Amino acid sequence: MTMVHTLTPTADLKTDVDDVARLLTADGERIHDSDLDGWVADLDAAQLRALYRDMVLLRRIDSEGMALQRQGQLGLWAPSNGQEATQIGTARVLRTDDFAFPSYRETGVVYARGAKPEGFLRAWRGEAHSSYDPHELGTAVQQIIIGAQALHAVGYAMGIQRDGADQVVATWFGDGATSQGDVNEAMVFAASYQAPVVFVCTNNQYAISEPVGVQAKAPIAGRAPGFGIPSMRVDGNDILAVTAAMRWATEHARTGKGPAFIEAVTYRMGPHTTSDDPTRYRDKDELERWRERDPLTRVEAYLRSIGEFDDAFAAQVQQDADELGAAVRPTCLAMTSAPALSILDNVYAEPHTGLDEEKTWFAAYLDGFAEEAQR
Amino acid sequence: MTELTMAKALNEGLRRAMRDDDKVLVMGEDIGKLGGVFRITDGLQAEFGAQRIVDTPLAESGIMGTAVGLAYRGYRPVVEIQFDGFVYPAFDQIVSNVAKLHYRSQGAVKMPITIRIPWAGGVGAAEHHSESPEAYFVHTSGLRVVAVSNPQDAYVVLRQAIACDDPVVFFEPKRLYHGKGEVDLDVDLADAAPMGLARIARAGSDVTLLTYGAQVSTAMDAATVAEDEGIDIEVIDLRSLSPVDYKTVTASVRKTGRVVVTHEAAREAGLGAELIASVTERCFYHLETPPVRVTGWDIPYPPAKLEKNHVPDLDRILDGVDRVLDRPNSLTGVEL
Repeated sequence: MTMVHTLTPTADLKTDVDDVARLLTADGERIHDSDLDGWVADLDAAQLRALYRDMVLLRRIDSEGMALQRQGQLGLWAPSNGQEATQIGTARVLRTDDFAFPSYRETGVVYARGAKPEGFLRAWRGEAHSSYDPHELGTAVQQIIIGAQALHAVGYAMGIQRDGADQVVATWFGDGATSQGDVNEAMVFAASYQAPVVFVCTNNQYAISEPVGVQAKAPIAGRAPGFGIPSMRVDGNDILAVTAAMRWATEHARTGKGPAFIEAVTYRMGPHTTSDDPTRYRDKDELERWRERDPLTRVEAYLRSIGEFDDAFAAQVQQDADELGAAVRPTCLAMTSAPALSILDNVYAEPHTGLDEEKTWFAAYLDGFAEEAQR
Repeated sequence: MTELTMAKALNEGLRRAMRDDDKVLVMGEDIGKLGGVFRITDGLQAEFGAQRIVDTPLAESGIMGTAVGLAYRGYRPVVEIQFDGFVYPAFDQIVSNVAKLHYRSQGAVKMPITIRIPWAGGVGAAEHHSESPEAYFVHTSGLRVVAVSNPQDAYVVLRQAIACDDPVVFFEPKRLYHGKGEVDLDVDLADAAPMGLARIARAGSDVTLLTYGAQVSTAMDAATVAEDEGIDIEVIDLRSLSPVDYKTVTASVRKTGRVVVTHEAAREAGLGAELIASVTERCFYHLETPPVRVTGWDIPYPPAKLEKNHVPDLDRILDGVDRVLDRPNSLTGVEL
């Protein structure tokens, strides 16, 4: 049942990033992997171009988000630059009626689930704690508490089992989250009930400043089989490999075989968030080495090599990205804050006399200013 | 009306809630074949199956976190925490997710989770099995907190908690599990007192004694003894700790002018502090003397053989009553 690519413990995970399953080399050459090939045999060039377009659009959203934060228009931004293949490759495999439990960094997942610009900006601007309706997008409120969403995903999957549905749940968390009790408990529960859930560990090498070696002394994908969950360790910058792994994992979960685990080995090219300075904890050479593995240029090179990437397509994608980028900024700037009194809304679903009393007081207080302004 | 123990009343409450709504399911450790360590879920797995009476792995955060996911999916999980002192591993999920998701999602996601906690001391239990963590939850916005004191309320309030669209922390006093009382199993929930309403357990005119949970019975005993001394105590069983029914509480304080709060949780920043602050804000000019707290000491829960020194007993409550009545205090004579 185990598809783990390697279980060999290594002393230094940073030298181990090439010990992954992949279908495209860094130069975009198609290579073969017997575990993965079959899962993307039907994937044609048009579909691959669509995935490439998604990645370009996500990178554009990300650069707009970074810029808006630097200009003081967003309170914070957690960049996804470098992780486009992992996010798009996993999220695009889900059906619309599946459910996603992402962390704060999965802008690409939220985009792939159908969010419009406001749907990935409002929370970062500080206008609300979430940017979209979870039930509309089939995507939970993005999670900041590290790893907590892995348990929510398993619970949702347990609900699917009780409903007799063939949906699956996917949840994303980072390498740092694998140290949390909740992620480990999630794997215990998922295995125990054989819940239809896919765990996607985005190993981007760092938990803020702490390298993955602080969280793990062996490849993270090696842990899942210990819980009775098959796993795969794939190149997270290879959209083909990520798609193949996710198709394997969702099929596994959807057909009643229980949970599956993917470790996508990738790299966060930017800071953890706009609040930190990665030059304090990462060297330039490392960054350059990863730049050579860029997920976008890799698939572009592959498409070019098979004659499926021409200037017209490139221009079209560029235009789509420009249009999206042009929409992000005014959407952000046009946001208006909810009225002051609304901060007391939605704490409870039903009336709560304690809070209702505070609301009455605050309303009267606010009304006092209104009367004063009229005088 | 049927005479039932509180344990049996809770069992019956769960059974009826599950019969009424197939989205209700119960999760916890040892709740299936064993029927729970206190037998509150006795026989339920046989009736509803393992998909609805769910034996879980031994991981409290796991139980609470998966309940969040089930609620996302439209289920109404009832979570059994085996003992009060074991709720702390689940605390992060409760305060960060259960309590906040309705707010974080601007009302789009409901968390109708009932968190049942066998609670507090007086049963000679081992360490970590007699804690009173209610103040942590009362302090957490987004949660409702209730504490029951008799079989009828246990039955009714549990069903109200399960039907409520908000998360409810439901405290079950262990030392009352086997106490019997009349229960109307066919009570119409629509006619019953709402979950947030306090109950005047005993009407009186001299002192308002505020309490909840197992302390209600101790308070009632104290009131009986005080009556012999010509003191007429009004005992209020708060039932709901968040929100507190201040309408009932302030009406009583305006009548009596004197307030004693008793709970077995520690004093420092406990519920007594909150109750007295709120009562003082609302009723300052009606108070004849400073309000008094009669609580557990500010210590970790003591060993079983010594717990009687910690949980306020009848005499310590009467000592508090003496102080608000400005009577010479036969026991301590000191103002804390």
